[in-house]
Amino acid sequence: MPIYTFRVNGQTVTVDSWDPDQPLLYVLRNALGLHGPKFGCGLAQCGACTVAVDGNAVRSCVTPVKEVADRSVTTIEGLGTPEKPSPIQAAFIAEQAAQCGYCTSGMIMESQALLTQTPHPTRDQVKDALAGNLCRCGTHTRILNAVLRAAKA
Amino acid sequence: MGTVTALSRREILKTGGAMVVSFALGSIVPKGSFAQNGRSAPSEVDSFLAIHEDGSVTIFTSHVDIGTGIATVFRQTAAEELGIPVERFTVVEGDTAATPNHGGTGGSSGVPQGAADIRRAAATARQKLLDLGAARLNHPASELIIESGEVRPKSGGAGIAVAALIGGQRFSLAVDPSAPLKNPATYTVVGKPILRADVPQKCTGRHVYLQDFSLPGMLHGRIVRPPAMGAKLISVDESSVRGIPDVRIVRMESFLGVVAKDEWAAIRAARELKASWSEWQGLPASENLERYLREAPAAPDQVIVNRGDAVAALAGAAKQLSATYSWPFQSHASMAPSCAVADAKESGTMVWSATQGVFGLRANLAKVFGIAPDKLRVVYMDGSGSYGTNGADDAAADALLLSRAVGQPVRVQWMRHDEHGWDPKGPAQLLDVRAGIDAAGNIVAWETQMWLPDGPSGERALVGPESAGMEQGHGQNAGLVTMNADPSYPVSHVRVVAHKLKDTPLRLSNLRAPGKIANVFAVESFTDELAMAAGMDAVAFRRRALADPRALAVLDRAAEMIGWKPRRSPNPQVAQGSLRVGRGIAYMRYKQAENYVAIAMEVAVDLNGKITVRRVTCAHDCGLIMNPDGLRNQVEGNIMHTLSRTLYEEVRFDHSKVTSVDWSSYPVLRFPEAPEIEVTLLNRPDQHAYGAGEAASAPVAAALANAVFDATGVRLRSVPFSPERVRTVLARA
Repeated sequence: MPIYTFRVNGQTVTVDSWDPDQPLLYVLRNALGLHGPKFGCGLAQCGACTVAVDGNAVRSCVTPVKEVADRSVTTIEGLGTPEKPSPIQAAFIAEQAAQCGYCTSGMIMESQALLTQTPHPTRDQVKDALAGNLCRCGTHTRILNAVLRAAKA
Repeated sequence: MGTVTALSRREILKTGGAMVVSFALGSIVPKGSFAQNGRSAPSEVDSFLAIHEDGSVTIFTSHVDIGTGIATVFRQTAAEELGIPVERFTVVEGDTAATPNHGGTGGSSGVPQGAADIRRAAATARQKLLDLGAARLNHPASELIIESGEVRPKSGGAGIAVAALIGGQRFSLAVDPSAPLKNPATYTVVGKPILRADVPQKCTGRHVYLQDFSLPGMLHGRIVRPPAMGAKLISVDESSVRGIPDVRIVRMESFLGVVAKDEWAAIRAARELKASWSEWQGLPASENLERYLREAPAAPDQVIVNRGDAVAALAGAAKQLSATYSWPFQSHASMAPSCAVADAKESGTMVWSATQGVFGLRANLAKVFGIAPDKLRVVYMDGSGSYGTNGADDAAADALLLSRAVGQPVRVQWMRHDEHGWDPKGPAQLLDVRAGIDAAGNIVAWETQMWLPDGPSGERALVGPESAGMEQGHGQNAGLVTMNADPSYPVSHVRVVAHKLKDTPLRLSNLRAPGKIANVFAVESFTDELAMAAGMDAVAFRRRALADPRALAVLDRAAEMIGWKPRRSPNPQVAQGSLRVGRGIAYMRYKQAENYVAIAMEVAVDLNGKITVRRVTCAHDCGLIMNPDGLRNQVEGNIMHTLSRTLYEEVRFDHSKVTSVDWSSYPVLRFPEAPEIEVTLLNRPDQHAYGAGEAASAPVAAALANAVFDATGVRLRSVPFSPERVRTVLARA
């Protein structure tokens, strides 16, 4: 079985995958037990599976595992913990910017990528950056406020 | 993967809060008991509450959170009545072997039923604690209070911890419906914006969803649905998936599924499995829906409201108006495709599900699969928001079918096309509205006639068992869909008639504020049309028809927040380039008996058909407020969700199948379109507390349609307000 080595949340991991085209999402969730990235559509249409690869937000549901070989993947688990949340996570918690929370991991990863490139975005820039991340509970206002709060912090 | 340990309700009680946390996290697999414990009857205090030796408290309830924040309200309610700090409470939700059956989640019942039951149990428990404290402190119970988890003399002096009085023991006490309740005026926990315990977990990827749950030896299952909804399976070419490792194919009549050790293998096998199916063309196609609704065979007319003599009053009115409104089938379109884990064994069957009603699901599965209810345990775990009955119950049946077939635990997660294509839908609705106004412009008569599929009640057919040819119920109840089809104004002559279709093209279920969004869309759009006919400002017209001060308060507040200037519609202001700007308002009282809600909006309509909602204001009165932050989150969510439903959402189908099966063919509201939302919560501590999971949805579509009319002079009477539809209607004007 083909073997792939890459970094996940700062640690080097080696996984095997019978199919080199297996999306990264299933490798993270099932082989590595990282359940933060969520399956929402498998079509790169909803953003629930978003992780960072070398700092860029990607949809792990359509990213073949072979493409991340030797690269660095960050999932939401790599940002912070409930006890020690990262600034963006702390801002989401302070704004109570979640209802069901199924989209939250993707929202935070996408926002983190935005803030890395644009540390002080306008509200419209945040809206544009999150245009590909869906939320069905209607938590949009709080999510926008959370990202802007993190940008100010 | 965690160790498998038996954990029954008794053990939860014995081991206390710490274990409950692990239980909720799913790292411990309960297998000890299947039947509901005898002490789980909703008549018993112990069914709802357990105070542990360490002073922590577990609440047991069949109402589930599923992202609404209701679990926090339960903690606050019990903490308030018991005088124990809210941080010490955890909630076990929806477990047929561990929680009382006091109803499932739905119909905004979490506060008025769920929390009310927990409150009575806690109030009963408080009396018992005071009595126990009286004996230990040698003080009359009437002179004791419970504060910070201690029973103490009101006058001061040494107290005793609640845990020292009853920790680890049962109350063995029936819930006393007349146990004295705390006076809301003295509340210190209820009414406060207590933060949700799940949010930090959810924001750090640590919250364990049903989708994240696994069992040792668990296989991954996927279902292969027919290409036409009623097609029969003719043959399967097993060789088509031979290259995929460890795949097994499960076939029962026309039910076709695959299981594999590896999830990706199951997904690929389901995608690549070649099967041939019969032709089937039993759907009317969504383009023909309005005609279908009007012409399909209907049950005898059902008179929903009959006040005065609407027919005579209409005939005698100075001016009579009529209009037709329509609403499409809509999907719950949950972020997470439905999921379930089932483990069917001789000794008993376990099902983990994000169902909104564990007891209802158990009853249905038990009947369909022929399992004794005391050998079937259904455990709730959080999924994504479901906003009603999405595919969760169907996925449970799929997982059970597969687990029984292969004799191992099976996790089924639907794919996106399964969820959009096969979740039971919110019904399409068609409404003819007629009303009469007198010479002064007062509404004197109102008639609503509606056509929609709905009923009979009873268990819904589950997709998998239907394909497998298993006998089951075919309930089609979509959930109180005929309410709010009369105006929330005291009109003397009102008649509402429902023509309920005998059949439905697509399976039905409850979808957030069932039926009432479309009904209020018709009623409150038409109220604006009457205001126009009377030559009046939309707010003034409504004010004149209302006497209830709570109704007037929400109407005035929403109008004030949007900066409402009295004038007639449409907006006489000159267009800004290709943009036309307008404002609109809508008001209703939910179910004519619960929440008062008014919503106002400011919109810009581009002549190319694009509607931009700039601002939304909402004034909301649900009586006593339990948690203002949770409530605000729900109200904002209702508004955004319903804007999405009104602007974009329509289930499309041809003669064979649903064709809107992903986020591109079933578009929803995205961030760039998200408006500013301002909410005012009117607290009425002396009034009954109602839920808020639905009410603010109901006036959204009408407020939007009224604002578009104000901007353009053109009235949208069919949802969704897609750019194509808006363009067409504008061109016709």
